[in-house]
Amino acid sequence: MAHSPVRQRQKQPIDSWGAGRLGLIFSLLYRYGPPRWSQYVRKHWSGQRLVIGLPYLWLIMFFAVPFIIVLKLSFSTVRLAMPPFAPLIEKVSEVAYTLNLNLGNYAFLLSDALYVNSYLYSVKVAAFSTVFCLLIGYPMSYAIARATPTMRSIWLMLVILPFWTSFLLRVYAWVGLLKTDGLINQVMGLVGLGPFTMMYTDFSVYIGIVYSYLPFMILPLYSNLEKHDLTLLEASADLGAGPIKSFLRITLPLSIPGMIAGSLLVFIPAVGEYVIPSLLGRSDQLMIGRVLSDEFFSNRDWPVASAVSIAMLLLLVVPIVLFQRFQNRELAGAKT
Amino acid sequence: MNRQTWFRRLALFFGFAFLYVPILSMIVYSFNNSRLVTVWDTKDSPTLKWYRELLSNDQILNAAWLSIQVAAVTATIAVVLGTLAGLVLARFGPFKGRTLLSGMTTAPLVMPEVITGLSLLLLFVFLEQLIGWPKGRGFATIAIAHITFAMAYVTVVVQSRLASFDDSLEEAALDLGARPAKVFFRITLPLILPAILSGWLLAFTLSWDDLVISQFVAGPGSTTLPMVVFSKVRLGVSPDINALATIMVSIVGLGVVISALYMRRQERRLALEMQLAKSDN
Repeated sequence: MAHSPVRQRQKQPIDSWGAGRLGLIFSLLYRYGPPRWSQYVRKHWSGQRLVIGLPYLWLIMFFAVPFIIVLKLSFSTVRLAMPPFAPLIEKVSEVAYTLNLNLGNYAFLLSDALYVNSYLYSVKVAAFSTVFCLLIGYPMSYAIARATPTMRSIWLMLVILPFWTSFLLRVYAWVGLLKTDGLINQVMGLVGLGPFTMMYTDFSVYIGIVYSYLPFMILPLYSNLEKHDLTLLEASADLGAGPIKSFLRITLPLSIPGMIAGSLLVFIPAVGEYVIPSLLGRSDQLMIGRVLSDEFFSNRDWPVASAVSIAMLLLLVVPIVLFQRFQNRELAGAKT
Repeated sequence: MNRQTWFRRLALFFGFAFLYVPILSMIVYSFNNSRLVTVWDTKDSPTLKWYRELLSNDQILNAAWLSIQVAAVTATIAVVLGTLAGLVLARFGPFKGRTLLSGMTTAPLVMPEVITGLSLLLLFVFLEQLIGWPKGRGFATIAIAHITFAMAYVTVVVQSRLASFDDSLEEAALDLGARPAKVFFRITLPLILPAILSGWLLAFTLSWDDLVISQFVAGPGSTTLPMVVFSKVRLGVSPDINALATIMVSIVGLGVVISALYMRRQERRLALEMQLAKSDN
């Protein structure tokens, strides 16, 4: 493809500016005048480096490095001091160092039933909540995607609105509803049912998680369902399929990517959930997020807390990688 | 009226009832005179007693002020860093380390909060030992922690906005001799301004709302609003929290409606301008 003449004329001074590799000083000598900042910048694109560098440095410093510290600490030994652990490489004399590589924290996690139990319980709670989210979110997303454009944006706004209000307060609202003398039991009492024990059970945790994460299920599902080619459904109706059969054979298979994205967005944070089980959950069965925080704050065992987080990440690495691949594909696909 | 329409209506009705009944119940009970949240006092309700109590509670007011400050600082810095990262990922093509950058910007979106909190706290402890900064923990450490996860959200918002239109306008400006910085401020920035605004609001809300990460990285002297609310709620139900929730829901509701109207106007203007630009050719 031929470039416009403007572009070619623009290119030439930059190319002949190859000497600019020697930098600013050379440009001073070469031009006998004040440095041409603009050309220097254009040649070296130091602005580009700054643009890449700033967020990069921030994330390395406050995301990657902390993660490496956690990894390192998970192999350390706990001791009564501040900070409460032994360094990995310790100087014992002028010439000798010892390597305190301790796998004991991980062995401890595996041997103590408390940890294995809370891992399994967290996965179970997250999985059930994800399924419930899907069951409630799918019909809603479907109904929103098939509404008129004006109604669609209103419904979507209503889905997102609770997400902007405090998560903590929305979870707290369920305390008043689910208590034994709470609103739901009062209403049920009017028709002679109950009272049911709903607070501090698995049920109340499911309710809390489904309620908090429902927008994360609905939004990806909606953006998938909205893109469907409706002529496919017409074609299938023409060929004699009923609405249920058309749904099962066309809409449902086409919406699988949306279902996967929504489920990952619910499942991953639900495994590490801390606030919801603390307010609504059982006291005899902790979720792993709570175990981690107790280990750190109450027991002050930093190495074991680090080992708990590394183990939690190992559990989540497959769903997280899946999510990232999906996210990158979505962002790349948005162009077309 | 066929069966499918009814099914859709039922799904919407029950879905939105599920989403909104808890919020409505908090709003209603915030006007209840009784201290027992579940008993409606018919004699003296509605009352503004809990609002008065809330507004005279210094602990809550101080925490709210700290939260607002942290959220404003977080949102502003997160928007700058997130916009740069979104720009790099959407426009700079392949470069060394791109995969790592895109990984580091999407990972905080799904990283369990307890892990983010723990790892940042450990970093701050190490830094203090190594270079003596940060001295203790407080405003700065909370803000840094919040910026780190909020910028990931801003990045995604800006990146997907940039991906939604091609770079032909920016290329044209470069062809006409504008410097990259000028292209950014004159072309790219106005185009992604809605995304930047919603990114700022999103970052503000995330910071304002965060409990778990703050609990890890906050010092003894710095208590944010969610931390106060959490400790109150854990001790039992307190009706002034209902009043707080009502105030927050009203502000957010108003803000969302206004920003939705603004966005729609902005979108229309953009569409109109693009149409005009096309018809000029």
